[in-house]
Amino acid sequence: MKQKDISALLDEPACAHNSKGKSGCAKPKPGATAGGCAFDGAQIALLPIGDVAHIVHGSIACAGNSWDNRGTRSTGPTLYKIGMTTDLTEQDVIMGRGEKRLFHSIKQAIDSYAPAAVFVYNTCVPALTGDDVEAVCREAEKRWGTPVVPVDAAGFYGTKNLGNRIAGESMVKYVCGGREPDPVPEGIERDGFKVHDICLVGEYNIAGELWRVMPLFDELGLRVLCTLSGDARFREAQTMHRSEVNMMVCSKAMVNVARKLKDAFGTPWFEGSFYGVQDVSQALRDFARIIDDSDLTARTEALIAREEARIDAALEPWRQRLQGRKVLLYTGGVKSWSVISALQDLGMTVVATGTRKSTEEDKARIRELMGEDAVMLDEGNPRTLIDIVRKNDVDILIAGGRNMYTALKARIPFLDINQEREFGYAGYDGMLELAKQLCLTAESPIWEAVRRPAPWAQAVAPQHEAPPIAAAETADAEPVAVEASHA
Amino acid sequence: MPEIIKRKKALSVSPLKASCTVGAALAFLGFRRTIPMLHGSQGCTAFGKIFFVRHFREPIPLQTTAIDQVSAIMGTQDFVVEGLKTICEKNSPDMIGVPTTGLVETQGADVGMAVRVFRQTYPQFDHIPVIPVSTPDYRGSMESGYADATRAIIEALVPKADEAGTQPGRRRRQVNVIAGSHLTPGDLEHLKDLIEGFGLRPVVIPDISDSLDGHLPETDFSPLTIGGALVSEMATLGDALATLVVGASMKGAADALKARTGIPDYRFDHLMGLDAVDGLIATLADIAAVPVPPKIERQRAQLQDAMLDCHFMLGMSRIAIAADPDLLVGMSQMLAGVGAETVAAVSPSNAPSLQNVACEQVKIGDLEDLEIAARAAKAEVLITNSHGVHTAERLGIPLLRAGFPQYDRLGGFQRTWIGYQGTKAALFDLANILLTLEKGEIHPYRSKLKQWPAKERTGDVKHAA
Repeated sequence: MKQKDISALLDEPACAHNSKGKSGCAKPKPGATAGGCAFDGAQIALLPIGDVAHIVHGSIACAGNSWDNRGTRSTGPTLYKIGMTTDLTEQDVIMGRGEKRLFHSIKQAIDSYAPAAVFVYNTCVPALTGDDVEAVCREAEKRWGTPVVPVDAAGFYGTKNLGNRIAGESMVKYVCGGREPDPVPEGIERDGFKVHDICLVGEYNIAGELWRVMPLFDELGLRVLCTLSGDARFREAQTMHRSEVNMMVCSKAMVNVARKLKDAFGTPWFEGSFYGVQDVSQALRDFARIIDDSDLTARTEALIAREEARIDAALEPWRQRLQGRKVLLYTGGVKSWSVISALQDLGMTVVATGTRKSTEEDKARIRELMGEDAVMLDEGNPRTLIDIVRKNDVDILIAGGRNMYTALKARIPFLDINQEREFGYAGYDGMLELAKQLCLTAESPIWEAVRRPAPWAQAVAPQHEAPPIAAAETADAEPVAVEASHA
Repeated sequence: MPEIIKRKKALSVSPLKASCTVGAALAFLGFRRTIPMLHGSQGCTAFGKIFFVRHFREPIPLQTTAIDQVSAIMGTQDFVVEGLKTICEKNSPDMIGVPTTGLVETQGADVGMAVRVFRQTYPQFDHIPVIPVSTPDYRGSMESGYADATRAIIEALVPKADEAGTQPGRRRRQVNVIAGSHLTPGDLEHLKDLIEGFGLRPVVIPDISDSLDGHLPETDFSPLTIGGALVSEMATLGDALATLVVGASMKGAADALKARTGIPDYRFDHLMGLDAVDGLIATLADIAAVPVPPKIERQRAQLQDAMLDCHFMLGMSRIAIAADPDLLVGMSQMLAGVGAETVAAVSPSNAPSLQNVACEQVKIGDLEDLEIAARAAKAEVLITNSHGVHTAERLGIPLLRAGFPQYDRLGGFQRTWIGYQGTKAALFDLANILLTLEKGEIHPYRSKLKQWPAKERTGDVKHAA
């Protein structure tokens, strides 16, 4: 990829960071950086497309160390779970055989798995040696008759966030508009019930949480032409251009997709989230508002009234158990406010939140929810997080999985809200699961057990100091661990 | 304190209980060059033998007085005398145990009298201790029979301090351990390691870790036990520094030892979970008057870390347990310590210690009772012996095997449950089992509006992968 193309991707007019000095796409700092590379971001963004063979063109580290580690789920195909890589050898690199190997790899994938399409992710080594991945893909598609899509996302191009955009760019450039949507299945549309087409961009169906939301859309008559990319199929992604309205789900990462679809097809878009009762209702209302069909609006309001009453009653016993507990939320920042309102709805107090990637607009909403003196964390290194927990008597730390073992070593109750988690918190019913998981860790008897010094610590052998609760080992624990791009 | 629900139904279905007779036999099997001779019909022994052979996968020395139709009516004394004489002549054991059975107790046999007659008739075998113990299988369970036999052995073989001149603490490093029936050979081995870690010398009574640990001996065949506590060492118990008692069921045996020797004892209901093990280690540090070895500190820290890692899966998990009282108490308390809930608990027999089971209710009953209670309480995992396989299948939940008998797994008999290490392994196993349940899993939802690829439209998804 040319430097000019990368600059173009980094210049995203629809991103609120664009006008500010500090950007989510700022250059990584050597020695003080964590989070993935562009390849990582691109792979994460597209891997959930289930019936595609995802081939990583590169040496083994890129695919070998990352395949099959996402919590994204599929209603059918499991092809995306199969790791595929050209696994370049030293001989391939020296002799320039990368392109040839890739060409044969694509054939092998098509022969063995009959995928709906092949996605080829370029990585650092072939990008350096100058493999023309795009040309190989074009040639392969012509030869074997299966769509082959290049995703030029070598790690050194930039951060994970950039990778997300590269992935989105590839979708818009090579896939969207590939075919027209199927007709709406018969027997669904009737008088006063017209089906409208929508897309969800940046929803990954982590732990299957999309399935908590889909029944709502079905009931309302909103057909999701495609999610980018949770539980998606290649043929769905091809029809995204026909969407009436796109929702950017809880993420700025692929905002370029929404903007380009608006520029090219005039599709309006909005940002929303499926976390928390308020936000789910808001997202549904936004769809109805933009589509502007009075029947849909009426259905939406009826559904919201029913679901909110139901979930409110179901949450009541959990609220009593969580009432007044203090939370430190560290999501990396995007849409922290969405989770904050969900937690407040459970009667919890959010004492601080991460804002590493929040926009000014996000921060304003956070202040609105948490008050003017809300503690916002731009840096989420483990030491800072632990200190805030101690200082504020925090009951539970909510953060990405990479911070989990830091928190546990510091004997702090923890809830994982990142990609690798095993529970889905989206939709109305997701709140119940969230409340349950919060209670599970916060009320566990182990906290007392792991904090208490051994009985002989004072009595028998005074030379054995009780381990201090803020154990020293946490200070030099793993470096800043922050999920980039998808919080 | 749980509510104890007594047995109400007539029929026991899928029994959980093993007889107190085999329990007593097990206690004798924890002594070297010993053989239990069950006083009953030969079937009592044959079944007991198979029970142990399948569990331990070892040859089990077990004899019978082989009561027949005539003696069952006319009196069984001669059979006891003859049996004892035969064993003494043939095998010259270090000890013979004579647990009774329901048959001879009902008949009214006086085993004490029979042994006295044996002594009078064959004084040449006076050096071989013969220990009768009353264990009719209509009373108690395996745990109580084992405890009664241990008590009988102590009363027969440990001399009173004032008569023998034993003195607590004369053997400055000896620690007696009265080990309950819930402890496996692996448990005892680990317990001995822990005690030795403090520079102390454990004498375990009975010690099945030396006899039934599944080791390959030099000798090809032995009609007697090939390991275990030494009968000759029983006379030294009175000189020990302290006694550790593990298992509430061993109270009677512990009281007897204390009364005879005056040695201070330290009693533990079980050694599972952080709290219980902390208690043991603190006590050992106290007795030995040395600091806790770094190795043990490390094991403690490892367990704490395991508790942290596992609590996500174990928290609010719903466990059903059927086991003898001591194991039930230990298991339920260990689970409570990590936030798991014992939602169904069944014990084959009543015992005062059941008050300490960490749950709402304990049913005295069988595996059918467990099945009903587990289903009603929506249990997620079952913990019981190998008989629970079918129960677990019908409930559609996984089984973690613990207790007697475990005949469908290798090594279950010697698994270590106690100590920081045993607890850690148990928590990992249970957490892994819970992971396989995919709790909180959201089931795939098939939208009727989704643009399904042709081959997925039928609902019966077939794909190349």
